[in-house]
Amino acid sequence: MRQGLIALLIGLLLPLAAWSGVLPQIPEARKGESCVRPTDEMRKNHMKYILHQRDETVHEGYRNPQFSLVECINCHATKDDKGEWVSVKTEKHFCNSCHTYAAVKIDCFQCHADKPEEAYKQANHPLILREGLSEDTIRNTLMEARQ
Amino acid sequence: MSCKSCDCNQPAQPERRSFLGGSVSIIASMTILPGLVLHEVKAKPDDQRISNKNRWGILIDTRKCTTECDACVTACHKKHGIETHGRPDKDPQWIRKLKVEDPLTRKTSSFPIMCQHCEHPPCADVCPTGASFRREDGIVLVDRHLCIGCRYCMMACPYKARSFVHEETENPLPHTPRGKGTVEACNMCVYTVDKGGIPACVEACKLEGHQAMIFGDLNDPESEISQALLREGGQQIREDLGLNTGVRYQGIN
Ligand code: SF4
Ligand code: SF4
Repeated sequence: MRQGLIALLIGLLLPLAAWSGVLPQIPEARKGESCVRPTDEMRKNHMKYILHQRDETVHEGYRNPQFSLVECINCHATKDDKGEWVSVKTEKHFCNSCHTYAAVKIDCFQCHADKPEEAYKQANHPLILREGLSEDTIRNTLMEARQ
Repeated sequence: MSCKSCDCNQPAQPERRSFLGGSVSIIASMTILPGLVLHEVKAKPDDQRISNKNRWGILIDTRKCTTECDACVTACHKKHGIETHGRPDKDPQWIRKLKVEDPLTRKTSSFPIMCQHCEHPPCADVCPTGASFRREDGIVLVDRHLCIGCRYCMMACPYKARSFVHEETENPLPHTPRGKGTVEACNMCVYTVDKGGIPACVEACKLEGHQAMIFGDLNDPESEISQALLREGGQQIREDLGLNTGVRYQGIN
């Protein structure tokens, strides 16, 4: 009787345990106490807000930080154990943690930065200095090619 | 008051959250060196939309621009994360230096050329998706969310100002997104201008001590650029096309 109860309990709890392992591990935001809207609302409508403001920003220069993608990232991007900013290509990134779970592919970051503004302010951005080419070399090649 | 364009209940004048730093604006004018004022453009509040009250423009005095200097090009590349992928003719290019010579007098001039921010932009005329457009304040942009990469605009632009992005960008900058398969061009540092700053090329030219470029509001008769145009005049490149460009030149001929 007792063993049966335990087995029943285990039988009930196991799927729950397994379920919690599947749930997305969403990193805490680095800044602020709460989001620009209640969490429930953001979960459902964040894309609506961002899309709405996107068109206003590009076409009308509306720069309110409230629903700006850059500001989402400024608060929600996190660093890994090594102190590196987490890339959106991993499930540890705020956006991707949930989107992998929901199986909704996002393409925002094919063009947009997945790291906060501060990541680019600290050091020289690697773009021009990449591949060991000096700035002068790149500049000269570019100019020669186009003139 | 609620904005009516969709059902997201976003208030038309949303209250800002302090940690977002919404009220931070760039100081309207800053002196770096004695006698050198970095910019004099008033910052627009972040939640205010642009209007046709302004028409942003750049005046380039080719007599002050030297052949050796390319501070403007370097500054642009840095600011907008323009990188090479080892195929220079396929790399994006927003601004380039030109050297022209009058075949008769052999007089040469050197100057930077970029998107001329035409009032009647042929790029926008031919764009099949509406991605190329002119903002109310005269800045011509590509809305890369709409661009399908057909490159009609590149063919239509008389100034070869536009580039197609051939490669994926590993690390785009927060305020210069870049997408493979879309077209881009000089955006007159639109983000900085909206925040009350000046384009990187103009700033670099000033800091370099040449002061060959003036950025400002062509609609404001009191602005430095309008005053200089009134005093000394300014040419459009290919004026015959009647595009009424926002970028003007002095001393080319
Ligand atoms: S210079 Fe070219 S890209 Fe710029 S607005 Fe004119 S046509 Fe368009
Ligand atoms: S490449 Fe993009 S911006 Fe240019 S014409 Fe085609 S859709 Fe428009």
